[in-house]
Amino acid sequence: MEFLNALVALSNFVLIPATAYGAQLALGALGVTLIYGILRFSNFAHGDTMAFGTMVTVLVTWAFQNAGISLGVLPTALLALPFGIAATALLVLGTDKLVYQFYRKQKAAPVILVIVSIGVMFIMNGLVRFIIGPDDQRFADGERFIITAREFKTMTGLSEGLALRTTQGITIVTAVVVVALLFWFLNHSRTGKSMRAFSDNEDLALLSGINPDRVVAITWIIVAALATIAGVLYGLDKSFKPFTYFQLLLPIFASAIVGGLGNPLGAIVGGFVIAFSEVTVTYAWKKVLTYLAPEGLEPNSLVQLLSTDYKFAVSFVILIIVLLFRPTGLFRGKSV
Amino acid sequence: MKKFLMATAMSAVAASGAMAASHAGEVKLGILLGFTGPIESLTPSMASGAELAMKEVSDSGAFLGGSTVMPVRADGTCVDAAAATAAAERLITSDGVKGIMGSDCSGVTGAVLANVAVPNGIVMISPSATSPALSAAEDNGLFFRTSPSDARQGAVLTQVLMDRGVKEVALTYTNNDYGKGLADSFQSAFEAAGGSVTLSTAHEDGKADYSAEVGALASAGGEALVVAGYVDQGGAGVVRASLDSGAFDTFVFPDGMIGAALEENFGSDIDGSFGTVPGTDSNGATMMLDMAAAAGFTGDSPYVGESYDAAALIMLAMQAAGSAEPADYQSKVMDVANAPGEEIFPGELEKALKILAEGGDIDYVGATAVELIGPGESAGSYREIEFKDGKMETARYR
Repeated sequence: MEFLNALVALSNFVLIPATAYGAQLALGALGVTLIYGILRFSNFAHGDTMAFGTMVTVLVTWAFQNAGISLGVLPTALLALPFGIAATALLVLGTDKLVYQFYRKQKAAPVILVIVSIGVMFIMNGLVRFIIGPDDQRFADGERFIITAREFKTMTGLSEGLALRTTQGITIVTAVVVVALLFWFLNHSRTGKSMRAFSDNEDLALLSGINPDRVVAITWIIVAALATIAGVLYGLDKSFKPFTYFQLLLPIFASAIVGGLGNPLGAIVGGFVIAFSEVTVTYAWKKVLTYLAPEGLEPNSLVQLLSTDYKFAVSFVILIIVLLFRPTGLFRGKSV
Repeated sequence: MKKFLMATAMSAVAASGAMAASHAGEVKLGILLGFTGPIESLTPSMASGAELAMKEVSDSGAFLGGSTVMPVRADGTCVDAAAATAAAERLITSDGVKGIMGSDCSGVTGAVLANVAVPNGIVMISPSATSPALSAAEDNGLFFRTSPSDARQGAVLTQVLMDRGVKEVALTYTNNDYGKGLADSFQSAFEAAGGSVTLSTAHEDGKADYSAEVGALASAGGEALVVAGYVDQGGAGVVRASLDSGAFDTFVFPDGMIGAALEENFGSDIDGSFGTVPGTDSNGATMMLDMAAAAGFTGDSPYVGESYDAAALIMLAMQAAGSAEPADYQSKVMDVANAPGEEIFPGELEKALKILAEGGDIDYVGATAVELIGPGESAGSYREIEFKDGKMETARYR
């Protein structure tokens, strides 16, 4: 019983939140890493691309809610998601035509493209604020919990509760499905293979007759889909606020770099490494240890390794250590 | 050449003198509030409150021999000291304001006071900067506030908790001057009264995820969670995460967390939670509500009354000194705010101006029962609020 309580407390406050957060970061980092691998620059506009996709989804969700369309226990936003992806795909394709294509034709150095993407970031930033405003928007509906802490307690008779939100469940399931689809696409479809070929060696790919415009366009569409899905899942789980999406850029880049920029598998692992390090290293173990320790040996202090003030420091220390010892990231991405 | 330069300089001086003379009928007052940033949902009503007082004084025709008052708004951002300092510089050097109603958040208020107000000798009256550190700030008698120091709020919050029989709480605060000051003053007051704080931890505003903070707070435990943060920012994120994980279901909200957004976001999920916000049951508060409703803005939003009072105090002090120059009227602020004299409620500024013009004494009560103590800060009366059926209700006044 004591052991179960400890396990439940740990799941409730560490495992479940960190897994959901990790899945959101992983989806974001996948987008960043794809751009880096195929288009060869760090896309700083990614956080705001997520915000744009989420904004369109939020607006469509509201329209559906007004029209009385819903998915029952699931959030209506899932129904609106394709519209968000379509709008975001149009936006990033348009940006590519207007901005990035020019620099690609000139074979501009990656650092120039990075600066260009920062400019794009500010434009998108303004666009989102202009349309939906800087405030918090809540658009989650349907059943909020799969199981609440209180229900769990009465059901099991344990003194610790376990809460699982619908959005956390959806996040994890969606992330698994999306990642599986992406890997199948990259490894088994003809287009996916041409994308990987383009990523490995651009000149060789061009010689073998791969159409670069097609590869670039498909990359952007996939990135738009990943960004919108990540943004909507995050918004459902927490709330939608443009500024927070801008701030998400930091942990997303940390995830992508830790995993190895340009390596999709690395992006996923990186997302979870960052999320778990933020939550576990600063967790106060008192509650869990009190259940596990024998009578009379319960800890008096909080048994907290580091104060939560340092949670961002933790992920960046990991980033630095990885860059020092494996500059290409855990999964051998391209060197930065 | 030398003569020519001299003449040019002389005529420039004469011209600017003439400019000043032609504008003698208009006194400009700055309104320096965070129109963007963490408390952007509160500031529009606060500015409207201050402008209401200025309009009242202008319309009366009794102010400094028929002068009018012109408000000039500037964005203090609440968090960015450099931006606030630049905005205050602009108010003083380019707009030529004679006093500043502001700023709002404690950190930027301290920065503007030290870098702009004191060097330029401009009077500042803040409606909402509550950090205890400002009581001891070097201000040359230029800084006042119509809100009480958080040292007082810490004591009031402690009383509320003790009266409700809560002896053990966890505490989280937003990582800035306001949050840290309030958290420290509350913790020392609460522990002195025999309560215990299981864990006091900071949270950063605008971050992606608060599960780490909530995990640590839940592990430390406690009967309730005190959230010394902002309702538009991380404070709401911490409350959301605590509710979802079942870590806490009773919350204690200091002033920064009290806002309409709390009802909208959480509804009946936070029933049984309670908090404190500066407020009073004096007649002034209800009069202020009516005036705000007539002027078309929400008077029960936090710090609206304080803003009205801050602006009113500046103008009444000017009237008492018979001059709009800060050096002349700074010593009069305490006189008009406190007894002895005729009590002045909101909407009675015309009466007050006339009494002062005749050389009489006033005791400005205003919307928030202003009583300035010590280094020029409000003694502080608080409204205790509680949540019932998803609605915020006033429990009592302290």
